[in-house]
Amino acid sequence: MSDTVRPIDQAPSNAETLLQIRDLKMHFPIKEAAGLARTKKVVQAVDGVSFDLKAGASLGLVGESGCGKSTTGRMITRLLTPTSGQILFKGTDIARLKEKDLRPFRRQLQIVFQDPYSSLNPRQTVSNIISTPLRVHNLVKKGKELARVQELLERVGLNPEHHNRYPNEFSGGQRQRIGIARALAVEPEVIIADEPVSALDVSIQAQVMNLLEDLRRDLGIAFVFIAHDLGVVRHFCDTVAVMYLGKIVEQGPREQIYGAPQHPYTQALLSAAPDLGTIRGIPPKERIRLVGDVPSPIDPPSGCRFRTRCWKAEDICATQEPLLEGKPQSTPGHAAACHFAEPKLDLTAATA
Amino acid sequence: MTEPTPDDRKDAMSETAAEQPAEAKRGPEVATRERRQGALSPSGETPYLVVEDLTVKFPTADGVVSAVNGLSYSVPLGRTLAIVGESGSGKSVSSMAVMGLHDPRRSKITGSIRLGGDELVGMPEADLMKVRGDAVSMVFQDPQSSLHPLYTVGKQIAEAYLVHHKVSKEVAKKRTLEMLDLVGIPNPARRFNQYPHEFSGGMRQRAMIAMGLVNDPKLVIADEPTTALDVTVQAQILDLLNNLQKEFGSAIVLITHDLGVVAEMADDVLVMYAGRCVEYGTAEDVLANPRMPYTWGLLESIPTVSAANERLRPIKGLPPSLLNLPSGCSFNPRCPYKDRVKGERCTTDLPELLPVDGAGLHTSRCHLPDKASIYETEVLPRLG
Amino acid sequence: MLYFLGRRIISALSVVFVTLVATFALFFVAPTDPAGAICGARNCPPDRLAEIRAGLGLDEPKVKQFTSYLEGLVAGRTYVNGGVERDCAAPCLGYSFKNDRPVLDMLKERLPVTISLVAGAAVIMLTVGVTIGSMAAKRRGTAGDRALVTSTLIVSSIPYYIVALMISLYLTIFYPILPRGQWTSPFDSPGKWIAGFVTPWLVLGLVNTTQYVRYSRGSMVESLSEDYIRTARAKGLSDRVVTYKHALRTALIPVITIFGLDVAGMLAGAIFTERIFDLPGLGQLVLQSLVNYDLPVIMGTVLISSIFLVAANLVVDIVYSLIDPRVRLS
Repeated sequence: MSDTVRPIDQAPSNAETLLQIRDLKMHFPIKEAAGLARTKKVVQAVDGVSFDLKAGASLGLVGESGCGKSTTGRMITRLLTPTSGQILFKGTDIARLKEKDLRPFRRQLQIVFQDPYSSLNPRQTVSNIISTPLRVHNLVKKGKELARVQELLERVGLNPEHHNRYPNEFSGGQRQRIGIARALAVEPEVIIADEPVSALDVSIQAQVMNLLEDLRRDLGIAFVFIAHDLGVVRHFCDTVAVMYLGKIVEQGPREQIYGAPQHPYTQALLSAAPDLGTIRGIPPKERIRLVGDVPSPIDPPSGCRFRTRCWKAEDICATQEPLLEGKPQSTPGHAAACHFAEPKLDLTAATA
Repeated sequence: MTEPTPDDRKDAMSETAAEQPAEAKRGPEVATRERRQGALSPSGETPYLVVEDLTVKFPTADGVVSAVNGLSYSVPLGRTLAIVGESGSGKSVSSMAVMGLHDPRRSKITGSIRLGGDELVGMPEADLMKVRGDAVSMVFQDPQSSLHPLYTVGKQIAEAYLVHHKVSKEVAKKRTLEMLDLVGIPNPARRFNQYPHEFSGGMRQRAMIAMGLVNDPKLVIADEPTTALDVTVQAQILDLLNNLQKEFGSAIVLITHDLGVVAEMADDVLVMYAGRCVEYGTAEDVLANPRMPYTWGLLESIPTVSAANERLRPIKGLPPSLLNLPSGCSFNPRCPYKDRVKGERCTTDLPELLPVDGAGLHTSRCHLPDKASIYETEVLPRLG
Repeated sequence: MLYFLGRRIISALSVVFVTLVATFALFFVAPTDPAGAICGARNCPPDRLAEIRAGLGLDEPKVKQFTSYLEGLVAGRTYVNGGVERDCAAPCLGYSFKNDRPVLDMLKERLPVTISLVAGAAVIMLTVGVTIGSMAAKRRGTAGDRALVTSTLIVSSIPYYIVALMISLYLTIFYPILPRGQWTSPFDSPGKWIAGFVTPWLVLGLVNTTQYVRYSRGSMVESLSEDYIRTARAKGLSDRVVTYKHALRTALIPVITIFGLDVAGMLAGAIFTERIFDLPGLGQLVLQSLVNYDLPVIMGTVLISSIFLVAANLVVDIVYSLIDPRVRLS
């Protein structure tokens, strides 16, 4: 990503680069029986992902299930150890650090999970859930814990008086706020938000989105925002990376990805996404319908992984893997991995 | 089966059936009454499914959960009604009632559900079984959990056919293969003998649709049919449902929380909140000219791919507990417009479902006097 | 599948081997000298003791003893008892000097009794338990369901031997409604075989049934709340088909696991039942050899039990893969 593209009201271009992800790979081995012998195969969940994240910025990782976006998030927070590649946090490669050395970095890199029901321990009070990381990292003096917990609850829009309640006394949206408070407790510099709102109803989803936006603005926390919903990502992220079968197929500033997408997959995703204009009865100018399902990451297609569903595919797509690179006509910072990349402008209906 | 409805209602029904819309002749009052009774679909066509004053209550240890309160709607053949709402709005519960799938020991259902004239509320289980899966079928949200993991896909679809047809297994298999082909599953003969876990998500939902349509039902209830699917696959499934409806001419009740899906599929739209219908009309009425603050709130809180980089406008607060609904309008604790209604009506009187412009078939449940101008001057500019 | 079976059989054999080593160690950790125990007399003459030791091979180094034990398993061996050579044909599980017989012969004699007992009880446990459990699951929350759950809890909280003893005492002796336990080979007289086993079957089977009622009820309650059950009902299937075809098939999976291990455990000796009904099964043999300190027999029965357990695990896994296509044997 280039430094020259900075959408308005986002992190300044001279901000420090917090995270540099370089050629990150996660290959899960699977064992399959074949007669008396056994074959070893790998699921290429993530296969060579690179991007940068600056302080206070927000990067969206978008894609359908199985594209590797969540696995990427888990590797960055080192809940998974990558097969190869680098995760540079302020210059230190944390991809292979041992648990002991990793600890200070764990504080800096927090994760918020999708499911607010299963990610909170039902037998612990909210106060306990939020103060555990405080104690683990020695961030608060004895006796001051409750005050800090209440401050955090207030920060995420919950009643500080409710610190003694259990997760089951809260609704889905409120639980997600508790999860966010837990992540905030250690004052992280980066939050990986893994589908933080997709389990929530639309009216509640907007509340949580606004909360995350406030946190970013007020506390300057940088976000890697993982989602399948292009609308949510558009609202939250200044740069967007679109993933397909373990690879980034297109990456760039939000305005470019949504306004002039170059990769056929991005175009198809945008075309399939609901839009207020179409909701309110303005027919979209063009509809792209992909055929078939995402192929298995065990035996991904040769060359371009999207070619089996792509209407532009030609022979070269099967033999030569397209590189993620800027095209002559692209704005700086905008790259697409396609032999036939060309911008399409009319995918989202004009609403004015 | 006899119809236990009062005579005047019956008249209203037969009148619509015989005379066709004739809206202008009858005048607004008649239309309103029929609308409230669910006898008229927003299109004015003769309905196949008529739900009138449906109430579903679940007695629990904590009290009675009022999941659906006085819901009325109707769907003619060949049309799609989308029931929109958030979790707990009663949209799924009401459709499960249409299928007769609530456990009678754990639920209390009153009102009327008429399918092609037959009353389903109170129908003996033995008769209900003959209707279920035959005249009316259901496509569920999560095809992964809704298919039996231990039976082959083919067997499960053939079973649905065999329950309602006295034919040999071979005939049922032939029919199943036809259906698999029809819903776009390649290589049906091989797929027939595969188990659900060998199917992809999209293929599983196609198989569910094949199962739902195998008996050529007149009414299909699709409960969040694409929610568990990826967006590019979702579009395929919606296209498939649309095409199949054209071919089979069935009525569809589509239950969803996703207004994008509504826009793709629906002819008519019913918005539910806390177990009640709060707005009902054609898709154009409800989506392009909504007349209820909750519908506005829903539209305003959707993050879209085209909207400007503006802050989302969520609906404040949380949906009410169904154990203890607020008095007056259920939406009043979250409604930003309630101060504009004189007195305390929003908190004391439950608004009726009334035509938005004094007549016509677009109705909403709201005391606000000048909904049209508020929408035009305040809400619409915010939508961009 | 082949790969799976091969690997499982190898791992099963290694489990059996470890058990073998452990039981063999019994000889040496045992508080008394096995030879002394065999000799029996309080003041055993030293020459008699030495003779027994030599006959048993106890004078050899321990490793040698173990290898000759293994050799016996594979090729058979001979023991010397009272100056007479006793042949113990392969697979030789040892030689009981107390009874002057090879252990295997004794086990062979007892096994049919135990198998008869366990087979009948197992059929009752599974069929009655699962049927009642399923019915309760379907009516969960009703008074009948609650009464049933409570009563099974009460029955299973009373020690089994008390229940069994009471039933045997009252129903076969004081009020002889049921026939007494008696062993007859089914090949000699099937009628007598059944008559001799009816009471033990009912007692062992029904008392264990209470557990299976609870297992299968819990499993069915879960299965009945699955989405695919709703799908099945939405197809228009009858309640009976939905419950006993769609729901039961998934509900059986966890029940079968417990069942397999229970049966294996019972095969290793239903000690109380055999004792109370006076059936000459494995359990009685274990009891006798424990009392007599007949170590070769104890070792033999432990070995047999471990084989049963390992085999049961294997069978359960195979049955799993037959019921559930998602389980691939790999």
